[in-house]
Amino acid sequence: MQLFRLTAHELHDLLIKKEISAEELNLAVFDRIEAVEDRVKAYVTMTKERALEQARSVDRQINDGEKISPLAGIPVAIKDNMCIDGVRTTACSKILANFVPPYSATVVKRLDGAGAIMVGKTNCDEFAMGSSTENSAFFITRNPWDTERVPGGSSGGSAAVIAAGEAICSLGSDTGGSIRLPASFCGVVGLKPTYGAVSRYGLIAFASSLDQIGPFTRDVADCAAMLNVICGHDPLDSTSANYNMPDFTGFLKNDVQGLKIGVPREYMVEGIHPEVREAIEQALSLLEALGAHVEYTTLPHTEYALSTYYLIAPAEASSNLARYDGVRYGYRAEKADDVIDMFMKTRSEGFGSEVKRRIMLGTYALSAGYYDAYYLKALRVRTLIKQDFDRAFEKYDLLVSPVCPTTAFRIGEKTEDPLEMYLSDVCTISINLAGIPGMSIPGGFAQGMPVGLQLMGRHFDEGTLLRAAYTFEQNTDYHKAFPEL
Amino acid sequence: MAQYETVIGLEVHVELKTRSKVFCDSTTEFGGDPNTHVCPVCLGLPGTLPVVNKTVVEYAIRAGLAINCSIAEFSKFDRKNYYYPDMPKNYQISQYDLPIALNGHLDIEVDGETRRIGITRLHMEEDTGKLVHQGTITTTPYSLVDYNRAGVPLIEIVSEPDLRSPEEARRYMEKLKAIMQYTGVSDCKMEEGSLRCDANISLRPASSTEFGTKTEIKNLNSFRALQRALAYEIERQTEVLEEGGRIVQETRTWDEGKGITLPLRSKEFAHDYRYLPDPDLVPMIIDREWVDDIRSSLPELPDDRRQRYIGEYGLPSYDAGILTDTKELADYFEDCVKAYPNPKVVSNWVMGDLTRLLNAGAVDITGCRIRPKQLASLLQLIDKGTISGKIAKTVFEEMFATGKEPEVIVKEKGLVQISDEGAIVAVVDKILADNPKSVEDFRAGKERALGFLVGQVMKATKGKANPDLVNRLLKEKLQ
Amino acid sequence: MITKEDVDHVALLGRLELTEEEREMYTRQLNDILEHFQALERLNTENVLPTAHVLPLKNVYREDWAGQHLSREEVLANGPDVEENCFKVPKIV
Repeated sequence: MQLFRLTAHELHDLLIKKEISAEELNLAVFDRIEAVEDRVKAYVTMTKERALEQARSVDRQINDGEKISPLAGIPVAIKDNMCIDGVRTTACSKILANFVPPYSATVVKRLDGAGAIMVGKTNCDEFAMGSSTENSAFFITRNPWDTERVPGGSSGGSAAVIAAGEAICSLGSDTGGSIRLPASFCGVVGLKPTYGAVSRYGLIAFASSLDQIGPFTRDVADCAAMLNVICGHDPLDSTSANYNMPDFTGFLKNDVQGLKIGVPREYMVEGIHPEVREAIEQALSLLEALGAHVEYTTLPHTEYALSTYYLIAPAEASSNLARYDGVRYGYRAEKADDVIDMFMKTRSEGFGSEVKRRIMLGTYALSAGYYDAYYLKALRVRTLIKQDFDRAFEKYDLLVSPVCPTTAFRIGEKTEDPLEMYLSDVCTISINLAGIPGMSIPGGFAQGMPVGLQLMGRHFDEGTLLRAAYTFEQNTDYHKAFPEL
Repeated sequence: MAQYETVIGLEVHVELKTRSKVFCDSTTEFGGDPNTHVCPVCLGLPGTLPVVNKTVVEYAIRAGLAINCSIAEFSKFDRKNYYYPDMPKNYQISQYDLPIALNGHLDIEVDGETRRIGITRLHMEEDTGKLVHQGTITTTPYSLVDYNRAGVPLIEIVSEPDLRSPEEARRYMEKLKAIMQYTGVSDCKMEEGSLRCDANISLRPASSTEFGTKTEIKNLNSFRALQRALAYEIERQTEVLEEGGRIVQETRTWDEGKGITLPLRSKEFAHDYRYLPDPDLVPMIIDREWVDDIRSSLPELPDDRRQRYIGEYGLPSYDAGILTDTKELADYFEDCVKAYPNPKVVSNWVMGDLTRLLNAGAVDITGCRIRPKQLASLLQLIDKGTISGKIAKTVFEEMFATGKEPEVIVKEKGLVQISDEGAIVAVVDKILADNPKSVEDFRAGKERALGFLVGQVMKATKGKANPDLVNRLLKEKLQ
Repeated sequence: MITKEDVDHVALLGRLELTEEEREMYTRQLNDILEHFQALERLNTENVLPTAHVLPLKNVYREDWAGQHLSREEVLANGPDVEENCFKVPKIV
């Protein structure tokens, strides 16, 4: 039995039946990592000792007859932009290469509390800025389905470890598609919750009004289990919503009868790969066959989303990333005449090219004389984009689209032209601008590479996403496909 | 010199005396070893987020109401972006276009005239850390950063350019300090930096209504520095203008030692703050009931108290002004009056002997060892004739030094006034017998001789004889 | 049009020191990107309120209690240059 190929709920059953121990499970995953990691290159830091110690403690609980939570003993990987007390946390940037936080992110504390085992920190685009994980300061992560291709980004490592069996569940963060795009490219389940559903405390900020943490899993049931642990109000995050959180596993029903699904036309045109279109259309037909009402609809301001996003996100980023100056932590340039020189050298040597580009763009958008024309304008267009969704959700319970017009592209294919790379996010960024939940589930294959089906719902209606995703999953077997490595 | 009018506006920073910082739960306690009052949030560690301390908002509203501002219904926090090593995030969380309080004013008295100074706005923000230099900022080879103060809550109060002289600026600052102390939102300890000031100053031809080019002077951390720096800057700008030069709009720093202002290098201080609404914080909708509650809990403020002292206690305006300048002194005075309901007598003692001793010992009224009840007891001893007014001054000094009860001091030192007629008659008889010349002089019409004889009796009784009695008895014997 | 001088100014504001190559690259790329953004100008947003927050959250406060600090060792542990329990920086001016 290849434990690393199972889901958390399957493993939970084995654990409580004492057919396996948590230590055994984690060792199996570490063996798998050893076997494939040199081809995938998904982890930047491994925490094996910490993991095995935690696993043994879960085993003691099981042996003492204690009831354990669904994620207890389950190997979980964490994107390297979330802080773990005492564990190097870099955001995959040279500027934080040696940073060891003295505190843990709220999501990490919650997972710890649920007995989940942290196996390591995963690779990502530097400060989560990118769509391919090629912007990591350390190395490029490869797509387990085709190691010549990117895993998507920015949470490429967290998606790749699920596809490759190097962890059972993982956490990513999504600012403009950074969970859904790699989930789509790697053929796993990824969900960006409603903005405010998961605490951002301890997530190294990229664009604060858009960032949201979410899970990668092998199936929808595991996704619900992860949400049960990570969602909920946190007094340390002022933007964390205080709402009645449901038990997300309650939505795992094989039933979409009567569900009203809208398909935004704007997400299906221009440059979409014919096989991706075909996969999406087949998926829609299946949902229809299962009793859902499916029809095309419109989100008229979609064409402005990319510009809006690439003004707001860099503007916030330029401010969020100001703190990396070589004074309190992180990299510092060696020779400097004075403080200003030290700041400039430190930041120029410490940040990679994409991060600098976005700092430049954001700084420009906020600078005197341009604020109204760019940043404020973008915030106004953001309102229009949000209203598009509000209107659509008056009519539909759910919106469905591709996650990306293409499947995973080749490494290096888009690194030369930033605009070309930004276009990978065209179907995902509006969701962040509107703050609604978005999910990518395995929706088929195009030329042997996974295609992600994107589900979008109302604020705090992750339940409907889970229900539709679960139904789709129960009637397909795309999620069971496993890449050969 | 006289052809220019001075135009001054002040930006005053007041540190609020909350228990914890504005966006995290680190202590605001002053002092402490470097970098011991910090947490991940105020150190600006990656991933940390701010959460607003409710008491900071309450204090800001309280301060705003006390200076006659209207309180915003909708307010928010913004990021002010600029790089400086004492700022952990290289942006300061502050308020830009929607400050908590707007459009206030306060009245100051200069040369017996009341002037109303407009207040543009009051907003909340976080303090920065502290840079320690070896020597001065311009000569130090390196600096050390201590983030203990980073994140301590501040309010910034911006005045209209209504001030016309360094004296007015000083009065305004003193008044603001008094009000902030009265409302209890700050200690306003300038020596600890909890009250600081930047000044904008320009000159214009006396007849002009347009503003001249201003300079901003930073680092004015005492009333004296404020007044001196402004006086210096007037002199400097006048000189430049009279020589036909132009004032450069710039930021200058006050060098206390040299007594001059100096320009700061423009590269660091030519800012483009790139304000943006802080996405980590949510808007504040300020509930009117909350504002009303705060308004109704405001203590009596200096102006009202002063009016009351004039009206109710019959004190002269000047005295009432001095007594109400600080809340502590006014509270002290009133406690005394409660125990000894003669405001004029109490006022004389507080403004006279007490203030003299406090100044001489560089003691604050809060550190005064004479409690109000003790001062009242002393005054009652005079009224009862137990001690003379003169002896009372000696007792008062002793009380100030030791904190002992006046009765105890009087007893210990044997200072009880002699009012026993028999005892005094004996002394009077002896003095008259010993000074026949003076007796003769008096009888010959030299009134002054009486004074000498009184003095001799007082001397013989070590000042303890009741002076009224001595006078009467001497006069009787001499007739 | 963004000029190289604009790029220099923005780089100074963002405390980035650019090589000549980067200057040229960012000038070109920022122009490309901003040209793309011109599309926004077509939209009339005169009567549209800006959205800074997607959720209608307001009045999120904490009570004024002092809590735990980091130990000084934890505070200074990541410091690139530490002296006398402070973070050491080169001269300011």
